[in-house]
Amino acid sequence: MDDLLAARSQMAMSLAFHIIFAAVGVAMPLLMIMAEGMYIRTKKIVYRELAYRWSKGTAIIFAVGAVSGTVLSFELGLLWPTFMEHAGPLVGMPFSLEGFAFFLEAIFLGLYLYGWDKLPQKIHWLCGLMVMISGTMSGIFVVCANAWMNAPVGFDFIDGQFTNIRPWEAMFNPRWFTMTMHMTIAAYQSVAFAVAGVHAWMLLRDRNNPFHRAAIGIALVVALATSIAQPIMGDFLAKNTAANQPLKLAAMEGQFETEHRAPLRIGGMPNVDEERTNYAIEIPAALSFLAYGDFNAEVQGLKDFPRDEWPPVPIVHIAFQIMVACGFWMLGVAALGAILAWRARAVPQQRWYLWLLVVSGPLGFLAIEAGWTVTEVGRQPWVIYGFMRTADAVTPMPGLIVPFTVFSLLYFVLSVIVIYLLRRHVFQSPTTQQIHFYQAEDAGNPEKLNEESKDA
Amino acid sequence: MPELSYIVAAVVVIAMMVYVLSAGADFGGGIWRLFATGPRAQLQRDRLNAAIAPIWEANHVWLILVVVLLFSCFPRAFSAIMTALHIPLAAMLVGIVMRGSAFAFESYPAGATRLQKRSGRVFAVSSAITPFLLGISAGAVASGQITINAATGIVQTNFISEWLAPFPFAIGAFLLALCAFLSAIYMTVEVRNEPELADDFRRRGLWAAVAVGVFALVSLLLAKNGAPFIYHGLARGGFAIFFQIITGLSAIIAIGALIKRRYRLARFAALAQVGLIILGWALAQFPYLVYPDLTIQNAAADPVVLKPILIALAIGSLLLLPAFYYLYRVFKAGKTLSPEPLEATVSDDK
Repeated sequence: MDDLLAARSQMAMSLAFHIIFAAVGVAMPLLMIMAEGMYIRTKKIVYRELAYRWSKGTAIIFAVGAVSGTVLSFELGLLWPTFMEHAGPLVGMPFSLEGFAFFLEAIFLGLYLYGWDKLPQKIHWLCGLMVMISGTMSGIFVVCANAWMNAPVGFDFIDGQFTNIRPWEAMFNPRWFTMTMHMTIAAYQSVAFAVAGVHAWMLLRDRNNPFHRAAIGIALVVALATSIAQPIMGDFLAKNTAANQPLKLAAMEGQFETEHRAPLRIGGMPNVDEERTNYAIEIPAALSFLAYGDFNAEVQGLKDFPRDEWPPVPIVHIAFQIMVACGFWMLGVAALGAILAWRARAVPQQRWYLWLLVVSGPLGFLAIEAGWTVTEVGRQPWVIYGFMRTADAVTPMPGLIVPFTVFSLLYFVLSVIVIYLLRRHVFQSPTTQQIHFYQAEDAGNPEKLNEESKDA
Repeated sequence: MPELSYIVAAVVVIAMMVYVLSAGADFGGGIWRLFATGPRAQLQRDRLNAAIAPIWEANHVWLILVVVLLFSCFPRAFSAIMTALHIPLAAMLVGIVMRGSAFAFESYPAGATRLQKRSGRVFAVSSAITPFLLGISAGAVASGQITINAATGIVQTNFISEWLAPFPFAIGAFLLALCAFLSAIYMTVEVRNEPELADDFRRRGLWAAVAVGVFALVSLLLAKNGAPFIYHGLARGGFAIFFQIITGLSAIIAIGALIKRRYRLARFAALAQVGLIILGWALAQFPYLVYPDLTIQNAAADPVVLKPILIALAIGSLLLLPAFYYLYRVFKAGKTLSPEPLEATVSDDK
């Protein structure tokens, strides 16, 4: 493995790891304040218990997310010093704002996690709201920086130097809005499905448990809203990609020829040597319409661009297909849940539907990883699209396979421990009797409730 | 407009100072977990954990702020430091990841007692390793060994000799001692209602003070050859001497107050002492970011970049400082970690 590949692998691995924890840190606060808000409104103890139990799992994930995010902020410099030397001032604004958002997120998370019995209920709820807002903002700022790498603006490029820098123009580059919204919705959507999946699995073992039913109810609301919003946002994003990075769009769609009435390809395997995409289901003229709103529009194909600027086409195309498939699957599952819930006037209970939720649990995270692959691999061979190649940005440091191996092992061990601990936390969910008991007691102090549930 | 770069540099120094004073003490807490001994060992561990738990993640963000300000406002310096010090910084990151994760695993074990115990040990060990490596990196930056090739503008480094030297290691040990010192003194205040426990931390604080003194002296002696510019900076002119005297006075007050069990005074003096040490280092190095080739001015980004970031910092602080104040008021101000009378723990829920 040469050093460039090792550096790219380490960056990819670090991001792939962090993105899951970051999404949970962004989205879980919404589910927690929904549950806690339900408790404040209805005084049903099951909701407060839910918010409290969720907050414990979130605490583990947030901590790992915070430290793996720190790793990334250093890795930008450790692995790509040349990139940062030039891009630092251009992405500095979103990263500075992200610093503040993350500050607020960490402060209010501390208040939320350790303030259950120290803060008045409504103040506690407000702290949760602040975690959600600042977490979401923090994600948006980071993706703004990434959007700039895809649509670099806000400078004049003179003699290989980035001069006359305009930080706000760089931050609000042509891609910032669609990319940040797409990622934000994805975070909420993936976490909603993961939560629904976990609790559906538990509900299958303990059919009448109100704790898991309440959890699925809250998760499905978020799942439905995001599953509807995401394809709409995805369409905006695709049009934005077509306008700003036509080469990336061509790779995503496996479009080699420049043509009018370009077809939309579902599935298929791009063959770069033959310059064609095989085995795809083609819907005539649909790509022209989706990308430009006109069935006759011309879509630029890969062949229009120099071969050495192509990203790895098969990876980008297949990752894109996976992401879209997951998105439509989740839309179907959420819509089905809405119909079932509407007919029963209650959270869906059918065994087959609960199994469907279990199966769909990981799909949101899979879609995030796939979508992130599309945008990052699709940007190659550039680190700053059209201006600096990834190969020119890497550190001169030799032996980069060593840190890559060390961090891979470290993250692997962490993943195993996190999954193990979350599994234990899930299996310690309260039973139906415990919930009834708490409700009767209505002690209103979850710390105390927790001790009782340990005894029980 | 060179002033702008100086203002940003001042913010970086302040952020580093706050980082050492807050997160440094969190690391120190982990160090004392390693040395939790005697009849109250378990109690020491419990109180240390309770002290760190609600605030460590917020404290940790100061480091991220330093990194972000460096790469946005002093990109050349950032690039040079990150290239030359890849090895100690990457190792420090491993420490940061293990420390934070292990602490979360230990705090939320869901009854997995063996994992909890092991996480506790990993937390303690990585809490000691991380500031040591950070100190090594800081020492390497101060040493004057990281140079830039004037023709290419690229940092000249073999990735090892810049930090694998006595002076950076002395600074690593010095920072470690400072973290332990801060933590022990903070703890005396936090457990002041439990006199025996407070005495445990008082003794540890005094030992740490000795270590701080020893490593300060060693660092100073090694600086003569290992970081000559800093060495001369520390002795340069009447102002520097005056500064050393104030720092020394704070140290004496901190130790004296600790001996007399005036814990709040000791904490105040220790804060001043450690803050002044960081400030003294920054002033001794002024106007260089990375001696001898990168000054604050020649490494700074364009003023059009610095200005909006400074404005963002100012506006952000308006949100941040009240939030921090609230966090510390809820968990720290006037509170002790010791069990309180029953009335005080009843939540004002209604």
